[in-house]
Amino acid sequence: MTVQEVHERLLARFGDEVGPLGEPKVDPFCVVRAARIVDVCRFAKEDPALAMDFLEDLTALDWPKRNVIEVVYHLFSYRHRHAIVLKVEADRAAPRVPTVEGVWRAATWFEREVYDLFGVEFAGHSDLRRILLPDDWIGHPLRKDYQEAGGYRGFDNVRENPLVELRRLDERARAAAAPATVPAPAATPPAPVPPATGEKA
Amino acid sequence: MERLILRRLQADGEEMILNFGPQHPSTHGVINFMVETDGEVIRKAIPDVGYLHRSIEKIGEQVGYPGFMPFTDRVDYVAAMFPNEGYAIAVERLLKLEVPPRAQWLRAISCELCRIASHLISVGTMAMDIGAFTPMLHGVRERETLNDLMEALCGARLTYNYHRVGGVAFDLPEGWRDRTLRFLDHFDRFLVEFDRLISFNEVFVKRLAGVAVIPAELATDYGLSGPNLRGSGVDWDLRRDLPYAAYPNFRFQIPVGKGFVGTVGDAFDRYYVRCLEMGESSKIVRQALETLPEGEFMAKVPRRIKPEAGEALSRVESARGEMAYYVVSDGTEKAARVRVRTGSFTAMGIVDAISPGLMVADLVALIASLDVVAPEIDR
Repeated sequence: MTVQEVHERLLARFGDEVGPLGEPKVDPFCVVRAARIVDVCRFAKEDPALAMDFLEDLTALDWPKRNVIEVVYHLFSYRHRHAIVLKVEADRAAPRVPTVEGVWRAATWFEREVYDLFGVEFAGHSDLRRILLPDDWIGHPLRKDYQEAGGYRGFDNVRENPLVELRRLDERARAAAAPATVPAPAATPPAPVPPATGEKA
Repeated sequence: MERLILRRLQADGEEMILNFGPQHPSTHGVINFMVETDGEVIRKAIPDVGYLHRSIEKIGEQVGYPGFMPFTDRVDYVAAMFPNEGYAIAVERLLKLEVPPRAQWLRAISCELCRIASHLISVGTMAMDIGAFTPMLHGVRERETLNDLMEALCGARLTYNYHRVGGVAFDLPEGWRDRTLRFLDHFDRFLVEFDRLISFNEVFVKRLAGVAVIPAELATDYGLSGPNLRGSGVDWDLRRDLPYAAYPNFRFQIPVGKGFVGTVGDAFDRYYVRCLEMGESSKIVRQALETLPEGEFMAKVPRRIKPEAGEALSRVESARGEMAYYVVSDGTEKAARVRVRTGSFTAMGIVDAISPGLMVADLVALIASLDVVAPEIDR
């Protein structure tokens, strides 16, 4: 089936719960009402004409201007070799989307990653922990407005340029080698050190 | 994670929690497994990943489209051609750019050589993890020649940065074709030797046959891909089934696990599918070198790459399964989102489900047979 046919089949089953197929700029997609995403996914997987047995990817997009986080599902069928991209929109302030873990178990890790990097809560998820970052990390890095904390557990995340230290050593050596009779030039002030931002996160 | 251990410890005093990694030699990079054991039997192994997380996806939003190419190498540094190719194809789809045939062929050649190089590491380390040291050295010896070829081709031995949006960076150097053909002649003999050396060695087979079986349905459900999926008996390869680049022009077989010595989907099937795949890759490279078209190896690409708003997905068959780049453009010179879907990430997710009941030593076989590399999980 083409994407259009897959979409029509979803439309026939779910009516306006499934949005129109986005303009086909490159890969078209359709937006699904968050409350129905599990049903739509289960139908897509279990309907023999669709048979989307492969959850290829599950990720998210952050659109601060629209105040929306989109969770993106790439579905694919090995049997019929067709695909569709579904999207679910969630409020940026408290994004909450039902989990599709019950449909494909691949979603368990994908959703953990989205939770970790975007802060989307997946309602009903069996093991919603951070996956790539430490448990006590602050913030969700793939959000557009993410600000790095000054460090993590005492480790700075800003580092002085190693060349600055070399220059400092050079200057010190030059000052030591300077003949004593010549009035010593005022010791060159050490090169500016980047402001310490190493607050404990 | 710490809380999790405590809770489990309190629940049952008989269990022992074993930290397997993050610096264990058989975890193939920095991965940690929290292994709950009852004697030698594993109750559960919980993978704890993220030690190599460098937020490559965020970097993709900060640098321009061409500037991201060197970073893609670091997604999978054992087989760096594939992330190169995946990203290039995704951006080309956004730009609706046609890639000249010679570039397509060069991509196929470089990728297949890279697949051989990556599988050599995979099968070599697998044998080493099981306890046979020599096959690893044989594998690395052959890989060394491949590294030399890659170096002649693009100047780098590990992180190639060879593909470009619109083509490849360099044409074949003088004499490279003959060198490669000579290597392949040698390599085909090497594969036979390797089979004699280790593949059907009785001890090796006994350690792998019937161990850590992943049924086909479970493999699909967990989103396994590539050799791991084919090892479970699913006959699926993007190169043949959703062809991209120059692949429709070559004839090759897709090796599928069929229970070579034990059950379909056991560790040996996943191992041997890789051995067979190397032979097929060698065939592809030969055909590609024979039919290499003349002409440009780089399309006319605008100096400033600025695709229209839209999103594109590219899927390539990497050495570790399906690698998919999902690139979203908002019409500026920097991508709004670059997402990499990798085979290792999903492969790691299945350890939870497969590990219960395995022996501790079989966990090593399971991890080795899944052929994960840590940077691809963590990105």
